[in-house]
Amino acid sequence: MSNSTAHFAGYGLGLRKEHYCDFLETSVPVDFVEVISENFMVAGGQPRHILRQVRERHPVALHGVSMSIGSAEGLDPDYLRRLKALVDEIDPLFVSDHLSWSRSGAFNAHDLLPVPYTDEALDRVCANIHQAQEALGRTLLFENPSSYLAFEGASMSEWAFITAMAQRTGCELLLDVNNVYVSASNHGFDARDFLDGIPAERVRQIHLAGHSQGAELLIDSHDSPVCSGVWDLYAEAIARVGPVATMIERDDHLPPLAELLHELSMARAVGARR
Amino acid sequence: MNLAEFQQTFRHWLVSAADDAACALGNHRAGLAVYQNNYRAQLVACLEQAFPHLRRWLGDEAFLAASITHIDRHPPHAWTLDAYPEGFYPTLLEVFPHNPDVHELAWIESALNQAFVAADAQPLTLEALATLEWDTAVLRLAPSLRCHALTTNADAIWSALWQAQPAPPAQMLEAAGGVLVWRRQFTSRLRPVDALEFQALAQLQGDGSFAGLCEWLVARLGEEAGVARAGEYLAGWLGSELIVEVSDG
Repeated sequence: MSNSTAHFAGYGLGLRKEHYCDFLETSVPVDFVEVISENFMVAGGQPRHILRQVRERHPVALHGVSMSIGSAEGLDPDYLRRLKALVDEIDPLFVSDHLSWSRSGAFNAHDLLPVPYTDEALDRVCANIHQAQEALGRTLLFENPSSYLAFEGASMSEWAFITAMAQRTGCELLLDVNNVYVSASNHGFDARDFLDGIPAERVRQIHLAGHSQGAELLIDSHDSPVCSGVWDLYAEAIARVGPVATMIERDDHLPPLAELLHELSMARAVGARR
Repeated sequence: MNLAEFQQTFRHWLVSAADDAACALGNHRAGLAVYQNNYRAQLVACLEQAFPHLRRWLGDEAFLAASITHIDRHPPHAWTLDAYPEGFYPTLLEVFPHNPDVHELAWIESALNQAFVAADAQPLTLEALATLEWDTAVLRLAPSLRCHALTTNADAIWSALWQAQPAPPAQMLEAAGGVLVWRRQFTSRLRPVDALEFQALAQLQGDGSFAGLCEWLVARLGEEAGVARAGEYLAGWLGSELIVEVSDG
């Protein structure tokens, strides 16, 4: 899959049902919206109707959580067929998922579980990405997840794994700056090493989000504003990758839309200073 | 440990929190606990969101206990979390074996959730019936339609809870009937029906034959009353947008 995704340098928000009315009844000043793909991979009804209406007003990025690109058994063809149908209908700006796994046999954890950074896992992830890009007929973006577990058997760093993955599959990257921050804190690496280590030219989108402090680890909770440390890291990220689509992700404790738009204006300000 | 073994071990940890799984994964308890908590909290939240009125009916404590039982016995399988609540019904039958109100209330909420995202279909217009050959007519029902036997006043309980009103006490119906759930445009609907209409609709769901429906009703009500009742049902179902397609067979 050699066709790369078009460069798009706007600022957007995740579309959540608490803000559906805002997006349908007012002119929300965003350059794009991102939706969780699985919420709209349904047969019909109001969700698809709303997405079609939003799509008439804004470019839409499809962001998945269930592709399970790290599954040892390969991908679920039924999942890919359903995602393809949505992609064909929406003509999205980006189609992304996570460098993680959730499915093992007949079990599906519905969580972004960590991939061990080994040669065997890299081979499997690359084979799965090839399969997904072939099935969907487009280049996909993969996001670095937050992680809470390191593996004694790992043979490479996360950024080395991502670099090899991108080189071997032609996939592009969704850089979640908050996830870099969280994983760096949890595993004791320097977030700048991560930013320096990934192929900057492959980054097509950036996520910004809030996290929370757990008992011993930082938790990627998406339930609070972006913290100052993540803003600083975002400035360093865009200094390396240049202007790319940036959005605020909030999934819990959703504030009024104006509050998220204010956060997004902070991202615009950081981008303008570059 | 290869990738498949690692993922099987991780699955074992998530569903059982077993020490042997934790040790095999390096015994990093803090990190493993985060994944364990995410897994279980997400499934509990999924059931709470799918069954808000059942939760109020049972009370938070009983609902949580039933949820934990379900999560322990039935790990999720489908790629979509939306499918997980559909499996809650059998667990409720086991946990509350003598509470048909609980079973039927759960069925209603699950059916409403399914109807909300069922395939779209345009309701049939009266004009489409004008030239139909009724002896061979085959009717197709709305893809969102779900039917279930009703032995309690669960529909009244659901309605009261939905309107944030005090719910009536659970009661067995004097005569068992049925309940229909479907979607009109983008709004899910709920309607109790008597046993005859419930069975008649089940008959039509079987093969779609209007003549077969007439025959079935005639066998129960007699020639004149059976045909008349078939006409009444058809008019009501058309008005409720339950019929979406008709063909000459």
